[in-house]
Amino acid sequence: MVDLRVQIGSLTLENPIMPGSGTFGEQLASVLDVNRLGALVTKTITADIREGNPPPRIAEFKDSVLWSIGIPSKGPVHYVETLVPFYRQFTPPLVASISADTVEQFGELAARISVPGVKAIEANISCPNLKKDGNAFAMDPEATEQVIRAMKSATALPVWAKLTPNVGDITVLARAAEAGGADALVVANAMLAMAIDIHTRRPRLGRVMGGLTGPATKPVILRMVYQCAHAVQIPIIGCGGVSSAGDAIEYMLAGATAVQVGTASFLSAGTMLKVVDGLRDYCETHHVGRIRDLTKAMVGPQEVRLEDALTV
Amino acid sequence: MNGQVFPISESMAPVVSNDAVNAEYFHLILEASAGMQAATPGQFFHLRCPGVSGESPLLRRPMSVYRVDRVRGHVEFLYKVTGAGTRGLATLQSGDSLDVFGPLGRGFQMAPETRHVLLAARGVGMATMAPLAESAQAAGARVTAILSARSPEFLMSNDYLKSVGAVTRAVYDADGSSDMPHVEAMITALHAEQPIDLLATCGSNRLLQLVKQLGARFGIPGQVALEQHMGCAIGMCFCCVRPFRTAEKVTYRRVCCEGPVFDVQETLSW
Repeated sequence: MVDLRVQIGSLTLENPIMPGSGTFGEQLASVLDVNRLGALVTKTITADIREGNPPPRIAEFKDSVLWSIGIPSKGPVHYVETLVPFYRQFTPPLVASISADTVEQFGELAARISVPGVKAIEANISCPNLKKDGNAFAMDPEATEQVIRAMKSATALPVWAKLTPNVGDITVLARAAEAGGADALVVANAMLAMAIDIHTRRPRLGRVMGGLTGPATKPVILRMVYQCAHAVQIPIIGCGGVSSAGDAIEYMLAGATAVQVGTASFLSAGTMLKVVDGLRDYCETHHVGRIRDLTKAMVGPQEVRLEDALTV
Repeated sequence: MNGQVFPISESMAPVVSNDAVNAEYFHLILEASAGMQAATPGQFFHLRCPGVSGESPLLRRPMSVYRVDRVRGHVEFLYKVTGAGTRGLATLQSGDSLDVFGPLGRGFQMAPETRHVLLAARGVGMATMAPLAESAQAAGARVTAILSARSPEFLMSNDYLKSVGAVTRAVYDADGSSDMPHVEAMITALHAEQPIDLLATCGSNRLLQLVKQLGARFGIPGQVALEQHMGCAIGMCFCCVRPFRTAEKVTYRRVCCEGPVFDVQETLSW
């Protein structure tokens, strides 16, 4: 019997697999048994009601997808009155993802959604900071630390900081979030990208630039998880291009405690359950009794010495 | 849990046949599970299209149902080969299987007292409305279908619609009969003959605008099946939105789960 449980700060998950924010919804309960997931992470909400970006919102590539959705949000009242009661029928902990335009608003919104039924809050800080020329909070270590600190002082719930990969040295941001009091890091959000239709010469997205997700991003985000795992003490949740148990195991070996599945759920709605089953199979095959022992368990590269090559 | 039944499922459906109907259109017939056969008129499936000559689409492709044959246990699709997805679909042969996800979306809504349904479609758009013709006829309503096409060889679904009891009227670009003033006169005459109490359209922005006008003029409810590029097809990713107008405001709605069938009076030109 494999122990699939993992610990994210004070929160115990029955297994390490959960949806990435924005790739999950009530609808999935009509397709699969969501009680078999480690946690339920909902789509980002903002304090105001937003329609989202103009279409086209999607461009497809061979191994990745480019999105420009723009956080359509029904606001915190809808979240607390409709979504939280809906998710209470399920056993995995509910994680609310929030975003805001200023540090203060992050704190206020965290307080508003700290209601029974919500077990943790994920801070989507990859959005523009309106008080700092519109640069994303997560590109600025000072703003990152301030957002997390504001949220921590506004709520008793664990706070997860979802970092952006669109930075030079992600460990600087990882340390800033940890210094702000984050209980975990989610590494990472989508990669800033764009595409042009050469026939019309128009951008393929309504807002020109968007976020790239999908299998192609995995090696890049895996590297970031590895770097962050050597920079901070708090748990890391890997997020980027996971579509199989093998991908999830790679993330754990690189330093992740848990793993989010995103785009792959759009290609096959049952992906997350397939990943959970695959993790159990891997552990049985490799005699791993507790899956948490895989975290940061990558061994070093095979040592090769040029001198030895001469003696063969 | 074990034994739990989900209304939407992903399954491998065996291909019964996949024949070319003309130079552009294919007719795909799948062996369907009971869950697949539960599809209602206007609903669709999200298909994992096979790759062909190195181009393998990452995302699934939404495809509206052409027919549910509950006697043989089949679900059928009629599609035009236009891109990587449909090029892949066209390679399917009897004996292959296709990964299908569904049934999905909110289809046509027909009030039980409906007596005369008018369908107006362009090209393969009629495929989406064929199940509505069949269920309306079964519910005792008269069904008149106006089929618009470039020329007679591209006329779709005529025989099938006739077989389910619909009266069909074909109009063509080749002889000018598909012009909007002519189609408008046809619908007006049909309405005078027996009042139309449901208008449905698919596949043409011009027909949509006409149905919208006539619906408003005669006070008849109108419904349109729309298309949009989709990601998840169940309402989670929010990429398949189109703008709509309600009494209060203009808003984006998801074609996959708030549609694909919408009230024509709430649609906008774009």
